[in-house]
Amino acid sequence: MTTVANDVLSDITNVSRRAFTLGLGASVFVLAAGLKPSFGADGQAYGGDAMPHGLKEDPLVFLSVAEDGTVSIICHRSEMGQGIRTSLPMVMADELDADWSRVKIVQAPGDEPTYGNQNTDGSRSMRHHFQPARRMGAAARRMLEEAAAKTWNVPVEEVEAVNHEVIHKATGRKLGYGALAKSAAEMSVPPREKISLKKPSQFRYIGKGKIGLVDNFDITTGRAKYGIDTRFDDMLYAVIVRPPVYGGKVAKFDATEALKVPGVVKVVELESPPPPSEFQPLGGIAVIASNTWAAIQGRDKLDITWDHGPNASYSTDIYHADMRATAQKPGKVVRSYGDVDAAMKTAAKRITADYYIPHHAHGTIEPPAAVARIVDGKCDVWGPLQDPQAARDRLVKLLGIAYEDVTVNVTLLGGGFGRKSKPDFALEAALLSKAVDGRPVKVTWTREDDLMHDYLNTTAVEHLEAGLDADGKPVAWLHRSVAPSITSIFKPGVKYEAPFELGMGLVDVPLDVPNLRVENGEAEAHTRIGWFRSVTNVPHAFAIQSFVAELATAAGRDPKDYLLELIGPPRRITLKLPELKTDDPWWNYGEHPETYAIDTGRLRRVTEVVAQASKWGRELPKGRGLGIAAHRSFVTYTAAVVEVEVDGGGRITIPRVDIAVDCGPQINPERIRSQMEGAVIQGVSLATVSNITFRDGQVEQTNFDGFELTRIDAAPREIHVHLVAPDETYEEPLGGVGEPGVPPIAPALVNAVFAATGKRLRELPIRDQMAS
Amino acid sequence: MAITFNVNGEPREVDVDPNTPLLWVLRDELGLTGTKFGCGVAQCGACTVFVDGMPQRSCVTPVELINGSDITTIEGVEGPEASAIQKAWVEIDVPQCGYCQSGQIMSAVALLRDISDPTDEDIDGAMTGNICRCATYVRIRQAIKNAAAELKG
Ligand code: FES
Ligand code: FES
Repeated sequence: MTTVANDVLSDITNVSRRAFTLGLGASVFVLAAGLKPSFGADGQAYGGDAMPHGLKEDPLVFLSVAEDGTVSIICHRSEMGQGIRTSLPMVMADELDADWSRVKIVQAPGDEPTYGNQNTDGSRSMRHHFQPARRMGAAARRMLEEAAAKTWNVPVEEVEAVNHEVIHKATGRKLGYGALAKSAAEMSVPPREKISLKKPSQFRYIGKGKIGLVDNFDITTGRAKYGIDTRFDDMLYAVIVRPPVYGGKVAKFDATEALKVPGVVKVVELESPPPPSEFQPLGGIAVIASNTWAAIQGRDKLDITWDHGPNASYSTDIYHADMRATAQKPGKVVRSYGDVDAAMKTAAKRITADYYIPHHAHGTIEPPAAVARIVDGKCDVWGPLQDPQAARDRLVKLLGIAYEDVTVNVTLLGGGFGRKSKPDFALEAALLSKAVDGRPVKVTWTREDDLMHDYLNTTAVEHLEAGLDADGKPVAWLHRSVAPSITSIFKPGVKYEAPFELGMGLVDVPLDVPNLRVENGEAEAHTRIGWFRSVTNVPHAFAIQSFVAELATAAGRDPKDYLLELIGPPRRITLKLPELKTDDPWWNYGEHPETYAIDTGRLRRVTEVVAQASKWGRELPKGRGLGIAAHRSFVTYTAAVVEVEVDGGGRITIPRVDIAVDCGPQINPERIRSQMEGAVIQGVSLATVSNITFRDGQVEQTNFDGFELTRIDAAPREIHVHLVAPDETYEEPLGGVGEPGVPPIAPALVNAVFAATGKRLRELPIRDQMAS
Repeated sequence: MAITFNVNGEPREVDVDPNTPLLWVLRDELGLTGTKFGCGVAQCGACTVFVDGMPQRSCVTPVELINGSDITTIEGVEGPEASAIQKAWVEIDVPQCGYCQSGQIMSAVALLRDISDPTDEDIDGAMTGNICRCATYVRIRQAIKNAAAELKG
């Protein structure tokens, strides 16, 4: 426990130089990992322990108490709307028994050796950090109790920390946390066995949903600072024109006219590294000016001849047709049991369907933007970064300076969804600062830049075949997935999907069928592919959950009953080699295969809950329909029922969506609800209106008029979130929350359109297919 | 060219290319970063401000057109509607990432100044120009209704 000056506590405070003045030194040690060890019998690390730099749980790093009683808590994960700056500190504050109104949140810079893994991606923050955060809070509470006991010269068992003060029960003596700060800092961090976590009945904040977002006031008054809002007095502003085709470069350029634009200071050519581009800048020509508008005007005046490179013929129409052809041919088998071919031959009925999803852009309303400054050989960067350590590591390499000389400050993110886990824009800022002798430079991506150069969600053709017996029950299931892989940004020549992509709802399909084969067909990427919220779960859930509904129709059954039958009885599934035919063991979102086995009982339960809550089977007026879908992703279970209304002209409205979620313990229920609401509408968006297409290697949608997003008028009028089966012990393994709401929406929506109109739509977005 | 106007009640003078959109004048010249850039082409609403009381997309408003005008930004918006909207926003935790919310709040305040008891269709009409990628629309709608109810007393 240490004191800390109050003036370091602003939103985007850099804590790297924060002085801990007391109690450090010999007493510092890191608490051992997890209550439930996350190491398997195989010695393999899982969960947070398996992430780069693992988990760090030293309360002296994350918590401090000032003499005025202010508790400062470091948030080392990036805030992008999921509420982690509120929820994770709330967990620590609860175990510390701190008064929330006296807690300040300090955002950590990118420094994983100190804080542990910071890559805010994969719906992992609460899943991996809940228990460590509890233990840190509880350890600090113990130190305060020991300090009070020492002051009063009584056994520590006689004192108790309650809401920001420690009380001696027998005598009624009290000391506030502020008064104890100094002496508590002299206590050593208690070993694990001396830390007692609260019983859930003692929680003040966890599971209650009473705590508003810590940034609410700043957000609603325009004070909140995102990366794009970073400013310095002597700062310059830059925009960049990047090669319009991935892998292209500048052949020649003339900046004469650009340099004549008032305010333009400099034009800089940036090298275009050949693909795979990893997280590196794409290169191009940068215009640096005294304000953003001048930079944009200057950029418009550049005269550039491009060498478009090998991807200049990428057209998504043709690519779609190629993927479809590939999907008709045998692919690489990635999971197989039973004998699918034999069962197909003897099946009473065979059903085949192909599904298609296009590329999808992140479209964060704050586009990528970052500021860099280089002073005395030291580089400071400010940016909306999901993975600040990734930025830092690459800046060290790019600038050829020492690790200690790079500081990556994390601002608020105006949306992330996976885009801002790639720090290419922060590297651009550093290159441009270097080009102007270290002056601060802000790089802003215009919306056009963002849509034309995103790391897009993959595009996919999913080929499904099933053989049904005379009762309409599937006896054989074949799923062939064809989609360019994210790993293509890291290495050349990638043709197949990686285990983590196959593991997002494809090989881990939890259906109860006697013969099953999953294949992956070849596809090569021609643009940057990246993680988008819920990633390949989007195409996999869309295809599988649409197909289940199609089979129900073929069998003449109710889709909900049929889905439950196909999920089968409650059981726990762990995928193993050799049934799994991948090089690596089952990915399972990095989690332990037994602790986090696929639990079909939980999948059934969310399905049943959502069916009941949405009054599945109710009478609906003509033109209305209900669709259902269920999916496991990020070790969380979700199911959705979408209600659509389709008018005579094919216009769709969505009166209501119900979504049920089982994510294990619910830490901040209000944030789970809000994540589900947002995920539902993002699902509606990608299902109905949004797509990215290419012609001649270039993106065709350059702003929100082309890349349409669902707006308030087309959003579901009502969204009902049903939090299922909270674990009251708070000891069960946690599931993810940020992403799992997305996958079931598109299939539930097309299933609803089918129910309303009899029209089966197998390609997204459905916008242009509704009119006929 | 020198252009003068009031921002949140304070007189300001800037000397910039008269075509410069008000958005960049506010953000880069005056340091008022509460007004956000989202698209630059009047598609997303993140840059919404009031020009003489009327909501406008500052990204497509050349600064020369507002010479002599009164500009209100999220940093300075006030009055009963603004207070009710901001309070309602906080009370039901509308924001997720929050980036679009300056624009959402400006549009919502303008709506309530116009129509004290908006229907769902009124809300659609006033708010459809504001994209929220985090998709907080259900709460936006609810918060507008809560603010309207509070104003009615
Ligand atoms: S930035 Fe002005 S409407 Fe999008
Ligand atoms: S709250 Fe994130 S864009 Fe609206």
